[in-house]
Amino acid sequence: MIADILTVMWKDRKGLMRQGGSRARGAANQLLIVVMLAVIFPIQMGSDWFSHSLTLVAAFVVPMIAVGITVPESFAGERERHTLETLLASRLPDRAILFGKLGLAIIYGWGMAVATLLLGAVVANAVGWKGQVMFYTPPILLANLGISLLASGLTAGLGVLISLRSATAMGATQALMMFLLVPIMILQIVPLLLLTVVPNGMAIFQRLLKSLDFTQVMLVLAAVLLVVDVALLLVAMARFRRARLILS
Amino acid sequence: MTTNHTAIHVENLTRDFGKVRALDGLSLDVPAGIIFGFLGPNGAGKTTTLNLLLGLLEPTAGHAVVLGFDTRTQADEVRARSGALLEHSGIYEQLSAEDNLEFYGRVYRLPVAERRARIQELLTHMGLWERRRDSAGKWSKGMKQKLALARALLHRPSLIFLDEPTAGLDVQAAVAVRDDLASLAAREGVTVFLTTHNMTEAEKLCGRVAVIRQGRLVALGNPDELRARAGGPHVEVVGRGFTAAVLAQLRAQPVVAAAEMNNEHLTIELHTETDTAPLVGLLVGMGVQVAEVRRGKASLEEVFLTLMEEEK
Repeated sequence: MIADILTVMWKDRKGLMRQGGSRARGAANQLLIVVMLAVIFPIQMGSDWFSHSLTLVAAFVVPMIAVGITVPESFAGERERHTLETLLASRLPDRAILFGKLGLAIIYGWGMAVATLLLGAVVANAVGWKGQVMFYTPPILLANLGISLLASGLTAGLGVLISLRSATAMGATQALMMFLLVPIMILQIVPLLLLTVVPNGMAIFQRLLKSLDFTQVMLVLAAVLLVVDVALLLVAMARFRRARLILS
Repeated sequence: MTTNHTAIHVENLTRDFGKVRALDGLSLDVPAGIIFGFLGPNGAGKTTTLNLLLGLLEPTAGHAVVLGFDTRTQADEVRARSGALLEHSGIYEQLSAEDNLEFYGRVYRLPVAERRARIQELLTHMGLWERRRDSAGKWSKGMKQKLALARALLHRPSLIFLDEPTAGLDVQAAVAVRDDLASLAAREGVTVFLTTHNMTEAEKLCGRVAVIRQGRLVALGNPDELRARAGGPHVEVVGRGFTAAVLAQLRAQPVVAAAEMNNEHLTIELHTETDTAPLVGLLVGMGVQVAEVRRGKASLEEVFLTLMEEEK
């Protein structure tokens, strides 16, 4: 099973490296986001970058975008290009195909997040050099690594389910981005609206923020993401079956 | 049950899609080591049969045993021992030809050295070795089909399923794919289950054929048997002087099943393959001026059309 998973990952990695056309443009857009998060913000913040909440945003958003483009290509794209039937007619077990594709997408998304954090650290050091190398504190580093991995898993799981229902990779990517970005936007807009309605809302909100424990918040966030990730994976395993796929 | 001599055994195989019966009680045996043609018009149930034999679909009723394995319960074993070139070539266009084969070599767990040697052997045989590092997407459709054929044969399967491998190819490309298929199948001793609606292809390649229409088997046998069913051997004579007396004399001959005249064209249906010289001598003796004599037998295409008409 492991050998089969690695074989699928090998093929998808080759495909990812040799992508062209619209997929290459997608990769260029990802690079732009990485540059923005890992170069422009650290230049503006200098040493403050290492303790700023933007690092967490980078850890969350970068894998979402990277995986959000990779997974639809890998699943819906395989069907769109009529290569899935032949793959299903091979000896590969359903789960090896699923895990291989998911595995590569998650590693890719997580790798992009780690690269963003490392590049950001290099840039922040270069701009705000104080005679010694600065780096993220262990809790922040751990939170960033954990959240980015779980965000990759969340996007990958959701991406599989959407891709299984979508005729094209482009359609799946658009639907996935909508599923991911709309809740994030709502989470940003609703509190702002509430703050304008509630008297002294901003002061209450700031007091609430100060009272929160970073570790606890991260643990709760990680636990929620983990539960959602596992649930999505289980649903994906139930749906990614030959007899279903050949008829879809 | 399949034996060493039977690659595929199908019994009362039926598959419904909702209210539509795509395959209706199909029963047949495919002997090992031959190219078996599975013929039928579009929508006859050829691809459904193929998906059932590969264990990609479950039958509504009946069962199939492929290479000794039940397709319902041992589909993994069937897929491990067979190769497939389905309706679409399944080639990864962003990968090179070599990487396409490398991937499937890994899928079938060929050891590295064997994998490389086999890839070189197949690509060389197909005349594609020099272009192995090209992206497959830049290749012509014929080259992609050849590559897909190489992929199907890569792990030396005992059985390959080919779903209309020359569909959509130009004449030259189709001939090239057909030649490669014939030579590779003969060299490797592989059983080939070939679905097609190209009668010329079936006639050239297949040792045995089955014809289906609307999911039902309408004929099974070797091409000669099917030709005999559609009509025996015949002789066409072009010339002048065909009279009613000549026709009557011809019809009285024991070897002649029927004789029809159309202007300067006479068609004589024979009961069996026979020497036509006495018949030509008879015509000349009765004053017929013979310009041309052609012997012939019904093509598989004529057989197919006859079968389709009969079923209507």
